Amino acid sequence: MPHPKERRLLLSHADEPGYTGSYEDYTARGGYKTLEAAIRREPAEIKKEVLDANIRGRGGALFPAGRKWGFLDPNSDKPVYLICNADESEPGTFKDRQLIHKDPHQLIEGMMISAYATGTKLAFIYIRGEMFGGARILEEAIEKARANNLVGENILGSGYSCDLIVHRGAGSYICGEETGLIESLEGKRPYPRLKPPFFPAAKGLYMCPTIVNNVETLCQVKHAVELGGKEYAKIGVPNCTGTRIWSLSGHVNNPGYFEVEGGAYTFGDLIYDMGGGLREGRSLLGFIPGGSSTKVIKYDQRYRGKLQDGTEVDWGVEDIPLDCDGCNYFGSSSGSAAVMVMDDTTDVVMALANLNAFYAHESCGQCTPCREGSLWLKKITHRMIAGEAREEDADLLKSIADQVEGRTICAHGEAVAWPVQGFILRFRDEFIDYARRQARERAAREQETTAAVA
Amino acid sequence: MAETNGSDTVTVYIDDEPVVVPKGITMIEAAEHVGKEIPHYCYHQKLSVVGNCRMCLVELGWPMKDRATGEPILEEDGSPKIGWGGKPGIACNQPVAEGIRMRTDSDLVRDCRHGVMEFLLVNHPLDCPICDQAGECKLQEYATEYGRGYSRFIEEKNPKPKRTVLGPRVILDDERCILCSRCVRFMQEIPGDDVLGFIDHGSYSTLTCYPGRELDSNYSLNTVDICPVGALTSRDFRFQMRVWFLKPVDSICTESSVGANTQVWAREGKIYRITPRQNDAVNDTWMTDSGRDLYKQVEAEDRLTTPFVRGIEATPVQALRETERLLRPSERVAVVASTHSSVEEQYFLRRIADRTGAQRYAVRHWGEEDGLLLSADRTPNTRGALLTGLLDELPKPDLRELGAAIDRGEIDTVLCIHEDPLACGLTVEQVRKVAWVRMATHASPADEHAFIALPSLTVFERSGTFINQQFRLQKFRAVVPGPAGLLTDLQQLASLNSLLEDGPVASVQPDHAWKELSAEPGPFAGLRFRTLPSEGVALDPGEHARHPFPERQSLKYEADSFLASLPAATTAS
Repeated sequence: MPHPKERRLLLSHADEPGYTGSYEDYTARGGYKTLEAAIRREPAEIKKEVLDANIRGRGGALFPAGRKWGFLDPNSDKPVYLICNADESEPGTFKDRQLIHKDPHQLIEGMMISAYATGTKLAFIYIRGEMFGGARILEEAIEKARANNLVGENILGSGYSCDLIVHRGAGSYICGEETGLIESLEGKRPYPRLKPPFFPAAKGLYMCPTIVNNVETLCQVKHAVELGGKEYAKIGVPNCTGTRIWSLSGHVNNPGYFEVEGGAYTFGDLIYDMGGGLREGRSLLGFIPGGSSTKVIKYDQRYRGKLQDGTEVDWGVEDIPLDCDGCNYFGSSSGSAAVMVMDDTTDVVMALANLNAFYAHESCGQCTPCREGSLWLKKITHRMIAGEAREEDADLLKSIADQVEGRTICAHGEAVAWPVQGFILRFRDEFIDYARRQARERAAREQETTAAVA
Repeated sequence: MAETNGSDTVTVYIDDEPVVVPKGITMIEAAEHVGKEIPHYCYHQKLSVVGNCRMCLVELGWPMKDRATGEPILEEDGSPKIGWGGKPGIACNQPVAEGIRMRTDSDLVRDCRHGVMEFLLVNHPLDCPICDQAGECKLQEYATEYGRGYSRFIEEKNPKPKRTVLGPRVILDDERCILCSRCVRFMQEIPGDDVLGFIDHGSYSTLTCYPGRELDSNYSLNTVDICPVGALTSRDFRFQMRVWFLKPVDSICTESSVGANTQVWAREGKIYRITPRQNDAVNDTWMTDSGRDLYKQVEAEDRLTTPFVRGIEATPVQALRETERLLRPSERVAVVASTHSSVEEQYFLRRIADRTGAQRYAVRHWGEEDGLLLSADRTPNTRGALLTGLLDELPKPDLRELGAAIDRGEIDTVLCIHEDPLACGLTVEQVRKVAWVRMATHASPADEHAFIALPSLTVFERSGTFINQQFRLQKFRAVVPGPAGLLTDLQQLASLNSLLEDGPVASVQPDHAWKELSAEPGPFAGLRFRTLPSEGVALDPGEHARHPFPERQSLKYEADSFLASLPAATTAS
């Protein structure tokens, strides 16, 4: 059952008892009515609605979808492609999976509306390789939609045709980077492309104009068009219109997903109320707010000062609003809205070692700093947890991360660097203590051995 | 701000210095214009840009413009306000634009280079003492110039495959590979054989061949040339010689009429390898694998090193005098010219043929064209034979016409350059019917029937010029001395000519021929060997462009468009 503080738009039927997400269930609740209405309007009008709605990209970069669509050259004579990025694989993030599994037709409707608005004749859902269940659900749903003339030729008699293809990735995190995704869809290694010279909206899939949007973003489009862009924008706050689905995991009693109106509540509400608080006798150490690549926020951080709109605030970490930009004031980002909570029993070195292992494994290997830096970082933290930590490792980790950030083709460089920079910035003393403790233990062991020999 | 002149150039600022550069190039190339090297690994001027090594990170700034009006924003002193990007950018992927700024030596840029060098070396085996690339390795050079000078890496390095045989001529050490992908792109983009690629990912990425394939293209050794480190090495050159002991000499590949520009690397009279030399009009920076093997003819076992007269050893001068004695009285002389001879040699052979009234024959050596750097004419200088007036038509498939003339008794003396008569359709009886003088570098079964054998020198032992399929005159220089006591082809032919003319016999260098060649009006007018630029000179082929040449297409040549590009008068038939 949804938590009382939730406002469910995308997941409004998802957890309804008896709702299976089938075509029949979806249409019984007004499904595809928005597409039916939209397809009778001019594509430019739909585009305007989405622009007015100011839907910020839910994949994590938070770039407004309407503006992204605006980069399409109206005078281009090349085909336009729309790609749904369903390669959800940022650790901690599990919102798109819910949308795909529990209400696939909502995504299809959102996609067909978006396809119509952007003039797409062929759309793809690029789904993560491991989500074979989701791929099967989507394929069945698309077949159903096609049988009902909602996908394919001459949709609902409008004269507009667009096919929709589900493409399964082979299970690589970097395929979620939009140009890596495009390369992968073209059948190549998912090496992210150089940008500039051109961005996907100009030259993307097969060097044609391409729009890549996240699953949640495309589902939001359906609701923005249904409500009207301006009306939709009234939900939430200006920097975060509509709702956001927060994936909550880690040391809380009630982890899960929570769809919350933009900016309506705070991280305190999310952790202590919706998330049921920490376990008995534990206190908050910190949390990673937007997927594992974002920088950790520590329990004792405060922000006193002005927000972008000029408002004076004095926030502790519990006061950070569940919107798009609140975390920025704490040196982090709300990214994909995946909150990982850590209580005071957390071994921070172990936590960072885990993250480093992930980002080293997922580096595509194209650019030098990310390729070599990520594995080096992993090797250091693994040596540390294996009992060979050195006091200077904390600063070395930070220095390596600094040599990666901002120096690579795609944002994976940041994804490698930010967790390290965040952990060292907030927990440097803990890292040094960790090394000292190990040194003491080693010395004690040596003494024991010497004593035994003597 | 400097004025922009015309529409084909822009002014960019490199470390605050204004530089006028052509449009369409990148900032890394603009820096080259002013002699500044921006270190790089993956960038190669003849391949696509991938921007993966990150070595060329620089600070880039653009003149700011007011968003609303489009007007430039100015500083208080009236200079344009520059918006420096928040992050460093790669110079190899940044096209030049008016007013763009680049800092190549700031603290940030130095820090970027420190970082990239450190990263490249953490998993590198640091085995320079046993690495063939040492001495010409970009890792070594940049580590010295741009590295920190020490390592902070104490972890274990990644093990990767060693001594992987990629193909018949190339061997791979994956631990040394820095994954710049130059070789992958070369194989995709130049020979169009997508045989190389990476497997695995991240730091474990490994270069390999497509399953079931090997790197067996005739262009595979170019990957060794462009490999900035010691990952790809030539199986032929591997472990043979330290590169710093070798001296490169400019030469021309004699494999075909493409005339690829080369460097031949030698030490103490021994050649160790041939590599391509950049010439954007001919071969860019590439050459064939087969062309690199040609130096082996120098030390071949069947090399002719002693002149023979009627089966008796002679000195070169004796042999020449004997030849003169044969030619002078005869009125039934034939010369078999070679399109392997240099322009200078062909010129003197023409003089000899003129003087003796000789009939002229030549044999063609044609093969399949590969569309790149191996053309249908497998000799370097067919055009030279035409332009010097030695031949007035293309060589024939064989020497049967000469055989018939011998059989008819019209020929009693043959001066044959380079060709093997028995391989060209003549019979032993025909060779034995005449006084056969053969000038050649290598032995042939015909030699035992020859009257006089004049050993000559390989292209690596003499200097001269060739004219390639584009009628481009290109020069080559002697790399190593020939076998002791032997005279160059040019010297032999010039001396023979002098003897026939009753002139003085003196030492002859290519420019002696050019003094005479360039005095005549025509394509050679005003040219000199000594001052011929290393990239060659395009000659006016005149009427000679109309011969039915076999070449259709190669990297920088397309027969029809070449003809179309000539002045109409010369192509009208």
